[in-house]
Amino acid sequence: MTGETRTERPSALRHFARNRRGLLGGVVVAVMIVAGTFAPVLAPHSYSTQSLLNRLKPPSAAHWLGTDGFGRDVLSRVIWGSRVSLEIGLLATALSLVVGTAVGSVAGYFGGAVDTAIMRAADVFLSVPALFLILIVVALFGASLTNTALVIALVTWAPVGRVVRSECLSLSNRDFVHAAAALGAGHARILARHLLVNALPIVIVQASLLLGQTILIESGLSYLGLGAQPPLPSWGNMVVEGRQFLASAWWIATFPGLAIFVTVLGFNLFGDGLRDASDPTLRGRSS
Amino acid sequence: MESGLRTYVAKRVGFAALMLVGVSMILFTIMRLAPGGPEAVLIGGEFSQEAAAQIRQRLGLDRPIALQYLGWAAAAVRGDLGRSFKTGDPVGALILDRLGPTLQLTAGALVLALAVAIPLGVLAAVRRGTIWDTLGSAVALFGVSFPSFWLGIMLILMFSEVFHLLPPSGLSEYGHETDVLARLRHAILPTLTLGLIQMASFMRFTRSSLLEVLRQDYVRTARAKGLGGGTVVWRHALRNALIPVVTVVGLSLPTLVGGAVLTETVFAWPGIGRLAVGAVFERDYPVIMGVNLMVSTVVITANLLTDLAYCAIDPRISYR
Repeated sequence: MTGETRTERPSALRHFARNRRGLLGGVVVAVMIVAGTFAPVLAPHSYSTQSLLNRLKPPSAAHWLGTDGFGRDVLSRVIWGSRVSLEIGLLATALSLVVGTAVGSVAGYFGGAVDTAIMRAADVFLSVPALFLILIVVALFGASLTNTALVIALVTWAPVGRVVRSECLSLSNRDFVHAAAALGAGHARILARHLLVNALPIVIVQASLLLGQTILIESGLSYLGLGAQPPLPSWGNMVVEGRQFLASAWWIATFPGLAIFVTVLGFNLFGDGLRDASDPTLRGRSS
Repeated sequence: MESGLRTYVAKRVGFAALMLVGVSMILFTIMRLAPGGPEAVLIGGEFSQEAAAQIRQRLGLDRPIALQYLGWAAAAVRGDLGRSFKTGDPVGALILDRLGPTLQLTAGALVLALAVAIPLGVLAAVRRGTIWDTLGSAVALFGVSFPSFWLGIMLILMFSEVFHLLPPSGLSEYGHETDVLARLRHAILPTLTLGLIQMASFMRFTRSSLLEVLRQDYVRTARAKGLGGGTVVWRHALRNALIPVVTVVGLSLPTLVGGAVLTETVFAWPGIGRLAVGAVFERDYPVIMGVNLMVSTVVITANLLTDLAYCAIDPRISYR
C-alpha cells in the first residue's frame, strides 16, 4: 500500500503542474504570503502617517492606489492588511483542522454510537447561522486575534469533520487496516499511522478552501466593526472607511475589497487544483 | 413500513426540538458568561457598584443562570420572549416589525439565485466543456470568493453613484412607503447582492447532480427509444437531478441568514439582521435570544422538512 501511494504522489504533483487554474491560485497565494511577510520592505509608504494635504488623492504615480480620508497611502495599507487576514486565517484554519480532523477520524473509525453522537453535534453547529454565532461571541467577549480565530474555528470545524469522517469510514474497511489490526496494532496507532496519513490529501485540500472561507468571515466581521483591532489596518476596516467617501473617492473602498476577493479566489483555485490532482477520478477532466 | 415511517418522523421531530433547546442553552450560557453586562450600556459613562447591582436586580440578572434560563424558556414556550432591555418593547413585536423586510430580501434572493443557477447548471452539464460550462464554473467560483458586503458596495458605486439609476439604501422613499415601484427599486441592489452570493452552490450542485443522473441507465433507455435530447433532460433527468438541489437549498439557509446580516447593514435595510447587530452591541439579551430562537427555529424546521421531503420523494431511502 505504501508503495502504491509513493508512486502516486509524483504523478499527482505533475498533474497539478498541468492545471493552469490551480497554478494561478498557487501564484496568488504565494504573492499574498510574500506581501504579508515582507510588508515593511514592500510598502512604499507608512501605513499610518497622516497628511491633510494629501487627503483623498486619486491613484497617481506617487500613490498607486490613491490616498484615504486621512491622507494615508492605500497601497501600503492594503499590503499591511494582508498580515491581519493571513494571521487570523491561518490560526483559525489550523484550529478548525485540528478539531475537525480529530473528531472526524474518531467518528469514522469507531462508528456506531460514537459516530452518531459526534455527527449530531456537528449537525447542531451546521444549523446555527455561522456569522450570527460569531457576531454574538465576538461582540460579547471582545475582538482579539485569538478570540476571532477561536470563534471562526468553532463554526468551521463541522464541515471538515464530516469530510474526514467519510474518508476514514471508507478507509477503515480496507484490507490494510484489517491487516494492521490483526497484527496487533492498537486503535491509536491505526488512526495515526494508517487512517490519518491516507486522509492527509483531503485534509490539505480542505485547508486551502477553509483559508479562503476564514478570510471572508474575518473581513465580514471587520466590516461590522467586530474584527480584531490591532494597530495594523485590516481589509474589512478599510472598506468601511471607504464607504463614506464612495461618491468622491471610489478607490478607498474598492482596492481593499479587491484584495479580499483576489486572495479568497486564489485559495479556492489552489484548493480546487489540489483536489483535482489528489483525486484520480477527476484527472483528465478538462479544466 | 407505515409504522416505520411514523417512528422515523417522530424521531426526527424530537431531535429537532432537542436541537432547538441545545442551541438556545449554549447561547444563553455564552451570553451570561461574557464579561461586562447591559448595565454599562444602559447607564453610560461612570456608575457606582450599587447602581449596577440595582439594574442587574431589576433585569433579573442576579439570579443563578439555570433559573434565568428556565424562566426564559418557560415564557418562550408560551410565546412570550420578554422585553427589550433598552426600549422596553416586547421582543416579539420588535421581531415581527422587522420580519417583513428580511423575508422579502431573503425570498427574493433565493428565487433569483435559483432562477439563474438551475438553467445555468443544466446548460453547464448538458453542454459540458463548452463556453456555458466555463461560464458556470466562473459564476460558482466568483460566488464563493466574493465578500458580500463589498459586492454590495461596488453595486452601490456603479448603480447609485456613477449612473444614478437606483437608490443606495433603505426600504423605500421617505413619505412614499406605500409606493410599490419605489419599494421595488430599493429592493433591486440588496436582492442582487444576496442572490449572487447564494447562486454559486446551487449552480454547482445542479451541474454535478445532473451529470450524475445523465449517466443512469433509464436516461440511456429514454434516449434509445428515440426521445429528443430536450425531453430527456427536462422531463426525465432534471426531475431526479433536482432532489439533491432541494437539500442544498435547505442547508444553505444558515448562510442566507448570515448573508442577510451583512447585506442589511450595507443597504441600511430595516430587517432582522440589523436588529440583531444592534442588540449585540447594546447587550440587549432578550432581543438577541429572541432573534436567535426565531432564526434557529426556521433553519432547523427547514432542515427537518427537507429531510422528510427527501424520504417522500425518493422511495429508496429507508426510514432509520
